[in-house]
Amino acid sequence: MHMDINEIIKPENLVYTKPRLMNDNPMHYCPGCSHGVVHKLIAEVIDEMGIEEETIGIAPVGCAVFAYNYIDIDWIEAAHGRAPAIATAVKRLNPKKMVFTYQGDGDLAAIGTAETIHACNRGENIAIIFINNGIYGMTGGQMAPTTLEGMKTSTCPYGRNVALNGYPLRIAELVERVDGTCYVTRQSVHTPAAIRKAKKAIRLAFENSMAGKGTSMVEIVSTCNSGWKMSPVKANQWMEEHMFAKYPLGDLKNV
Amino acid sequence: MKEDIKLMKGNEAIAHAAIRYGADGYFGYPITPQSEVMETLMAEQPWTTTGMVVLQAESEVAAINMVYGGASCGKAVMTSSSSPGVSLKQEGISYLAGAELPCLIVNVMRGGPGLGTIQPSQADYFQATKGGGHGDYHLITLAPASVQEMADFVALGFDLAFKYRNPAIILADGIIGQMMEKVVLPPFRKRRTEEEIREQNPWAALGKPKDRKRNVVTSLELDPAIMEQNNIRFQATYKRISENEVRFEEINCENADYLIVAFGSMARICQKTIELAAEEGIKVGLLRPITLWPFPSEAVARQADHVKGILSAELNAGQMVEDVRLAVNGKVRVEHFGRLGGIVPTPDEVLAALKEKLM
Repeated sequence: MHMDINEIIKPENLVYTKPRLMNDNPMHYCPGCSHGVVHKLIAEVIDEMGIEEETIGIAPVGCAVFAYNYIDIDWIEAAHGRAPAIATAVKRLNPKKMVFTYQGDGDLAAIGTAETIHACNRGENIAIIFINNGIYGMTGGQMAPTTLEGMKTSTCPYGRNVALNGYPLRIAELVERVDGTCYVTRQSVHTPAAIRKAKKAIRLAFENSMAGKGTSMVEIVSTCNSGWKMSPVKANQWMEEHMFAKYPLGDLKNV
Repeated sequence: MKEDIKLMKGNEAIAHAAIRYGADGYFGYPITPQSEVMETLMAEQPWTTTGMVVLQAESEVAAINMVYGGASCGKAVMTSSSSPGVSLKQEGISYLAGAELPCLIVNVMRGGPGLGTIQPSQADYFQATKGGGHGDYHLITLAPASVQEMADFVALGFDLAFKYRNPAIILADGIIGQMMEKVVLPPFRKRRTEEEIREQNPWAALGKPKDRKRNVVTSLELDPAIMEQNNIRFQATYKRISENEVRFEEINCENADYLIVAFGSMARICQKTIELAAEEGIKVGLLRPITLWPFPSEAVARQADHVKGILSAELNAGQMVEDVRLAVNGKVRVEHFGRLGGIVPTPDEVLAALKEKLM
């Protein structure tokens, strides 16, 4: 029996669809990368909260520099590391709008550390989505502040040596201690259960921002299978074994 | 109506003028000799009256990026600093130019290089007029020579910035920032509503209504063919600004035998110099560029047709003199006189230099 697609996909049969706010632009992310999943969660949260007309995203420099190509809202593309300063002004000048930054670990934890700490310390009513994959992806896999001890990258080809390069920087633990943050959590998107929890965290961060509770940071420990030179499956396993040991998942602060 | 006349510092005039202009935001970081701008704003608390946001940032880098954020929403936003701080802002200024964003920057110059001195200087002429950060761009550069002009150029700077979607800079120095003069404060203008901003700046990232495409404020374009077109568009804007916005003042230039070209505080000193010269029977005119970019090249060239020599007097080692020489194109002798490192010359010193170098 021949069935038309509209006969198959009836509202009662529909279990999943592409988020309405994700557009059809082909993604530049590598297959297996966590960015795409996190983009999807943000698009779903904005749609479900009904705030697409009030939301302004701040894109970073790094792999997510083109985030503005994929989620159908207004965007501002920041200079490297400066997204929290930009978000500060956008939110203060437009207090009723939803303002969030989307930043990687090079952007947020190296060049933008000052902007991050001080936006958090002022308790800016913004949400910071922080992708931590322990490497500079866009520029070809160099060492990040978050690179694990012994982990090999193109600028620490023999492994990160703490005597030479210092220690992996735990940003969530740092901003948890800062009085302006209301919610600091570390999540991942490597399993369906983790994705559901990450989405809840993003939703709470967005709700906090709209309620004026202070700064929320959702760190998402992510894979960069290309930079790590692993298959997507192997990257997920490696992340669970190594990244989660240094960057344990869960809420650090929720007030 | 009774005029609103006050006695105040140039830096204070900037702050009052910003509130009265209806500026939406100021973002700054303390540095001598311009800290009175933010101090005055914080004391005035405009957030309780006009709704203007004033924020002390963690650095000049953050402050200029706050300006970038506010400008991206189509808001009238500004920052101020002094030379070392303005160097830190150059990254953000380049991004503002690249994203075609209007804003106002104030540089109350002090002597450099490096940490230099807190005394006045005009050594950031190149930085302000030739770009300053990376890439091919220009800032609309206004050079006030009085506290009155500090107040007036806030509105002028914002208006030009929005007219051309390009950052404007007020290039003052420690003398203009710190000295007190009478000033007629401009009338209050209402801050624009979000509806007005959306209408006047359809490019602004203020949240996407269902009936338009998303707005993306960015200076990034990886396709070189498109990036070249972007640059060609920027250059067309700079050409329009150059054709329409040159401003200068000429004092006693008719029948002058010699010409001094000077801007800002140096122009004030040279006003006295040309008086002293007249007492000695030497006819010296003063051409004061008000816009340093676009530079009044044609006005300078016209003077070169009838004077015997031109002196470019600056508080630096010879920066504007390059633009004067380009304008004069070899027609007459052009010499430079400058004091460096925060030293301010007397009118007599300038006259002596003119006689020595040109007569």
